[in-house]
Amino acid sequence: MTEVLLEIDNLSVDYETGRGDLKALRNISFSLNKGEIVGIVGESGCGKSTLISSILRLTAPNTRFREGEVRFKGRNLLNISEQDMRSLRGSDISIVFQDPMQTHNPVLTIGRQMLDIQHRSSATKAEKLHRAAEMLSAVGIPDPQARLKQFPHEFSGGMRQRIAIAMALMSEPDLLIADEPTTALDATLEVQIIEHLRSLQQDMNCAVLFISHHLGVIAELCDRVVVMYAGAVVESGDVREIFGNPKHPYTRRLIDCDPGHIKERARVLPTIPGEVPDLANLPKGCIFRERCDQAMPRCTASVPPLQTIAEITGHRAACWLNHEEMAS
Amino acid sequence: MLSFTIQRIGLAVLILFVAVTAMFLMIRAVPGDPVQIMLGPRATPELQALLTAELGLDQPIWKQLAIFYGNLLQGDLGIDVFSGRAVTDIVFQQLPHTLWLILASIVWSAGLGIVIGAYAAAHPNTIIDRIAAAISVSFVAVPAFVLALLSLLIFAVHLQWFPAIGAGDGFWGALDHLVLPAFAIGLSWVGYIARLVRASMLEVMGEHHIRTARAFGLSERRIVMVYALRLAILPVVTVIGVGMGFLLSAAVFAEIVFARPGLGKLVIDSITTRNYPVVMGAVLVSTGLFAASTAIADLLNAWLDPRARSAR
Repeated sequence: MTEVLLEIDNLSVDYETGRGDLKALRNISFSLNKGEIVGIVGESGCGKSTLISSILRLTAPNTRFREGEVRFKGRNLLNISEQDMRSLRGSDISIVFQDPMQTHNPVLTIGRQMLDIQHRSSATKAEKLHRAAEMLSAVGIPDPQARLKQFPHEFSGGMRQRIAIAMALMSEPDLLIADEPTTALDATLEVQIIEHLRSLQQDMNCAVLFISHHLGVIAELCDRVVVMYAGAVVESGDVREIFGNPKHPYTRRLIDCDPGHIKERARVLPTIPGEVPDLANLPKGCIFRERCDQAMPRCTASVPPLQTIAEITGHRAACWLNHEEMAS
Repeated sequence: MLSFTIQRIGLAVLILFVAVTAMFLMIRAVPGDPVQIMLGPRATPELQALLTAELGLDQPIWKQLAIFYGNLLQGDLGIDVFSGRAVTDIVFQQLPHTLWLILASIVWSAGLGIVIGAYAAAHPNTIIDRIAAAISVSFVAVPAFVLALLSLLIFAVHLQWFPAIGAGDGFWGALDHLVLPAFAIGLSWVGYIARLVRASMLEVMGEHHIRTARAFGLSERRIVMVYALRLAILPVVTVIGVGMGFLLSAAVFAEIVFARPGLGKLVIDSITTRNYPVVMGAVLVSTGLFAASTAIADLLNAWLDPRARSAR
């Protein structure tokens, strides 16, 4: 039943810059099963965007894939031809981007853009437009036939993001990547968008890689979660287990800082002091050491490996504290 | 959109008014009495006085201006002092020649410039891009009159591929006569538009919606030619509209070098003979052409860009 759809295997990605190689992703490994929703959480600059563009192979020219593989249905996407890659984009793998205000072409109508992305289909123009209208009404846009003739600026941000979801799901992809789809929107719209996403996901049974720094949304929507920090996976596993029993200090701090989690009225909102380390000049040992309140001498000495904590749920964390626990 | 159109036409009328008034005052500041030139050195003072009165030149200058505008509003641009023909007839006889020349120059230079610019932007920092840049810059650097003389010498005199002078008869004859002058005027525009389109294109290619188009697997060709170019073309329309002024002055050179009839040649000829009414008529029409083209460019831009359309 659980068939692996996407497998990121020991992926390391660098950006070549004027001040040396930026190690944007280091030894990332996780997998996504068919029809499963996996969340990726992390601060800005943790490598979420690099990860997405690596999966779609839409990376900046200065990107170097140093090692590892991105396997989709068993094929390594990093070494197939550009033409093969292009045939996957928008058909097997779709994406919803972060900023709905910038995501559509401003001088073409929504109908035209929804028509154009069906370029692989052999349907007639009328059939394609019908399909586009059908998708628009599926995401709750009233009067879709008339709306197709309008330009992006004639829609609100929330509507534009719903259109983006309609466009991404139109081809019934096996994998949908949602890159912070609700970050740019109001909290009330966020719920709406998530609901549409979830109902369509269930209808189509597509897998979703959901990137967000909103822990509440992740907890609500996802089956499993991957916590990233400074280009590496620090913890991953079942969503309830991670939120209920986090095994990495970073995950713990992240949960503490989530506004939804703060019960009492605080004078000062909790933060994680310090900054993300410089990816061009990584410190020795654990990457979170400098911001961690439980750091030990061992953390400076060597990098903690991502270690399995619970075999059944697949809970893994990269922290020496867990080694101590297990040893004792 | 309607109020914007009205506003834009109002601006065009204002431009026209300022330019025509300035020209009216300037031509009277130029030394040389038109009456003396017309009648010759041996005319009697009585005859001179009679003609001066007939032309209205004995009136104060503000009154002359008022009379001029009064007549203009009735579509009367006065009488050519030499031939006695109506100036409107003369000007509108010459206008099509200039219009065709400018139109031909814009069409070929914008067409080629957009292709070069889009191609360069699609392959940034490659050898193709650098060659395109070098060619574009050297095109911009060549003055139209030098190019006119050179092309006349090479293609008309030596190679005899194209006719050297005149405007030609019939469609094909006219087209044949248009090639060299349009080439001379348009070449620097090819370079200019190519650079403009490249810059504008590179900016658009970095925008998020292009990434979206790529993420849906649209072909690079389609992304460049439709998704990016539709946006990148907008500044070109504005530049061509404003550039009409430069094209008009370049047309003057081309008309003289190739001895083509046209507004430019008409203005130069009538300035040398102090033929005030004809100068004023020709200047009025070319200013009108300029004001109209900038207005059309702005309206076209608003029409091409749906965001601007609904904002107004």
